[in-house]
Amino acid sequence: MPRLTLREAISEALREEMQRDPNVFIMGEEVGEWGGTYAVTKGFLEEFGERRVRDTPISEMVIAGAATGAAMAGLRPVAEFMTINFAFVAFDAIVNHAAKVSHMFNGEIKAPVVFRAPGGGGKQLGATHSHTPDVIFAHFPGLKVVSPATPYDAKGLMKAAIRDDAPVMFIEPVPLYTSPRVRDDVPDGDYIVPIGVSDIKREGRDVTIVTYGEGLHTALDAANQLAKEGIEAEIIDLRSLQPLDLSKALASFKKTFKCVVVEFGHGTYGIGAEVAAQLQEKGFDYLDAPIKRVAQAQAPAPYAGALEKSALPNAEKVIAAVKEIL
Amino acid sequence: MEKATLLEWYRQMVLIRRFEERCDELYQLEGKIKGFLHLYIGQEAVAVGSIGARESGDHVITAYRDHGHALTVGSDPGRVLAELMGKATGVTGGRGGSMHLVDTERTFWGGYGIVGAHLSLAVGLALAEDYKGTDRVCLVYFGDGSTNIGYYHESLNLAKVWNLPVIFILENNKYGMGTSVERASAETDLLKKGMAYNMPGRRVDGMNVIEVYEATTAAIDAARKGEGPQFLEMQTYRYEGHSIGDRTRYRPQGELDQWRDEKDPIATLQAVLLNDYDVTEDELLAIQNEVMAEVDAAAKFADESPDPALDSLYDHIYPGVIGEVN
Repeated sequence: MPRLTLREAISEALREEMQRDPNVFIMGEEVGEWGGTYAVTKGFLEEFGERRVRDTPISEMVIAGAATGAAMAGLRPVAEFMTINFAFVAFDAIVNHAAKVSHMFNGEIKAPVVFRAPGGGGKQLGATHSHTPDVIFAHFPGLKVVSPATPYDAKGLMKAAIRDDAPVMFIEPVPLYTSPRVRDDVPDGDYIVPIGVSDIKREGRDVTIVTYGEGLHTALDAANQLAKEGIEAEIIDLRSLQPLDLSKALASFKKTFKCVVVEFGHGTYGIGAEVAAQLQEKGFDYLDAPIKRVAQAQAPAPYAGALEKSALPNAEKVIAAVKEIL
Repeated sequence: MEKATLLEWYRQMVLIRRFEERCDELYQLEGKIKGFLHLYIGQEAVAVGSIGARESGDHVITAYRDHGHALTVGSDPGRVLAELMGKATGVTGGRGGSMHLVDTERTFWGGYGIVGAHLSLAVGLALAEDYKGTDRVCLVYFGDGSTNIGYYHESLNLAKVWNLPVIFILENNKYGMGTSVERASAETDLLKKGMAYNMPGRRVDGMNVIEVYEATTAAIDAARKGEGPQFLEMQTYRYEGHSIGDRTRYRPQGELDQWRDEKDPIATLQAVLLNDYDVTEDELLAIQNEVMAEVDAAAKFADESPDPALDSLYDHIYPGVIGEVN
C-alpha cells in the first residue's frame, strides 16, 4: 500500500470521486490554474478541464451560495475556501442556507455540497488567518462537520462527504498536510470511512484522551512519553464533530474513570466543554476526577513564533493535565 | 396576445390579490397567521408576467415576499395558506412559514428570508443547468434593498464571469423595509447597478403585465441562446407595509394613491381586456367570483388541517433521516 501524506490522500479521494461521478466538480479560489493554494488540486485542471475545476473570484458568499444552489439542482459540488478563516465571510450561506434547506423545506430540497476548509494555526499568520473555529460550525443542526487526523481517514471521509446527501464542512488541518510523521498506508481505490463514527487510535487503561485533527498527534506524543512512566492512555479520535459520536469515549471513560480533552481551538464553549458535559451526564458514577481540557489559549493568535506556540496545545500540556488527575 | 392568456393572467393576479387580502384578515382579525407576513399586493404583474414567460423546467427562486410567485407557478392555494397557518398540510408541513414556500415539482426553489442570499443560490441553479448542458434558465427575484448587500454584487459578478443563464429580476418597489432607494443606495438608478456587471438590462413598467411578459421573454430567449445573464428592473409598488404592523409612515402623502389609482396592474389589464378584447364585465366578474370561491376553499382547507405532529421536529434535518441523529 502506498504511504501518503494527508494532503496526498485528500487529493486522491477528490480525483477518484471526480472519475467516478461526473456530477462532482470543484470550485473555489485558485483551485485551477494555480493548482490549489495548498496544492491539493494540482493537476486537476489539466485532467478534468475548466468545466469541472472552476476558478472563482474572491467571493466567498457566492462560492458557498452557488455551490449550495448547484447541489440543490442535483450536482455534487466541492467548494473550497482557501482557508477556513474566509468561511466566516460565507457564514450565512453555510449555516442559514446549506444547513437549513432540508429541514426548512421539509425534505423537499437537499444540498449535498462539500465545503473544504483548510484550518489550524501555528504558522505565524496572525490573528485573522490562524483560527481553529471548527466548533462553531458543529453548533448548527443540518451541517455535518468532519476533520480527519490521518491520511487513511482523510481519504475515506472525503469520499463519504462527497456521497453524503447532507452538506459537509470538511476541515483539513493544514499543519498535518505534508507532515512526514502523519504519513499513512492508504489503500488504492475505493473505500469509505463513515461520517459520525469515532475511532480508538490507541488503547490504554489509565486515562482517556478525547481529541481529533491535529490534537490526535499531540495526544499520541503525550501518550508515548507517559507510557515510559507506565501510564497507558487510551486515545479516541472523534473524526466527526457533527454528528458527534461519544460512544467510544464514554465506554473508555467507564474503564479509566478519567478524561482529558485535547483541541486546537479555543477552550471556552469548545469541544472539550461539550465532551465533558456529556460524559458527566451519561457517566457521572464513573467520574473519579475533573475532566480536563487542553486547548488554545483564550487570546487571538499572535504573529511572533514563540508567542503563538505558547498559546497552542502541546504534549507537555497534555502530560501535565493527565498527571493532575491521576 | 391571446385573449385566453390574458384572461389567465387576470385570474392569477386577482387570485394573488384576494389571497393576500385574506391573509391580512387571517393575521390581523383572526390571529391565525403569526410571525412575519409580507404581502405582494400591488406587485402582482411582476410575478404573473415574468413567470408566464418561462418554459416548464426553468427555475424560479425569490425572496421572502413570495406568495405571489408560489401561486403563479401553480402551487395549491390551500396548501400555501395551510403553510402560513403552520399546518401539517402546508407546502413545507409548517416548517418554513410565509417566507419559505417551495414547490420543486414546478421548479420553484423557494422563498428566502435573508436579503440577497438567494441570488447566490440562483447562480448555482443556473450553473447546474449550464454544467449539464441544458438550455434552462433561472429567474431570480429580489427587491431594491438587496442591491446594497454583498451577495448581490458577488452573484451578478460571478453569473457574468461564468456566463450563466440567470434572469435577474429586480422588483423595485422603492423601499427596502422603510428606507427609500434615495436614502439607501449611492446610485439611485438601479438599472445601472445591474448593467455595471456588464450584462444587458432593461427598465420595465412592472405594473403592466404585458410589458413584463414581453421583456422577460426577450431576456429568457437571450439567456437560453447562451448570451449570459440578463437584468430587468421592474418598476412597481407595494401597497401594503413591508410586513404586518408597518404603518408606512415613511411614504410621502399621496404616493400610494397615485400608484393605486393610476397604475394598478389589475385595473390596467382589465381596461385592456374590456377595450381591446371584447371581454364583458360579466366575464370578469365570473372570474372574480371563481377566485373568491377558491380562496374560501383554501381558507377552509387550511383552517381544518391538523397541526404538525410534535415528534416530527427532528425529521429531515439531514436528508432522508427521520428522527433524532445524536
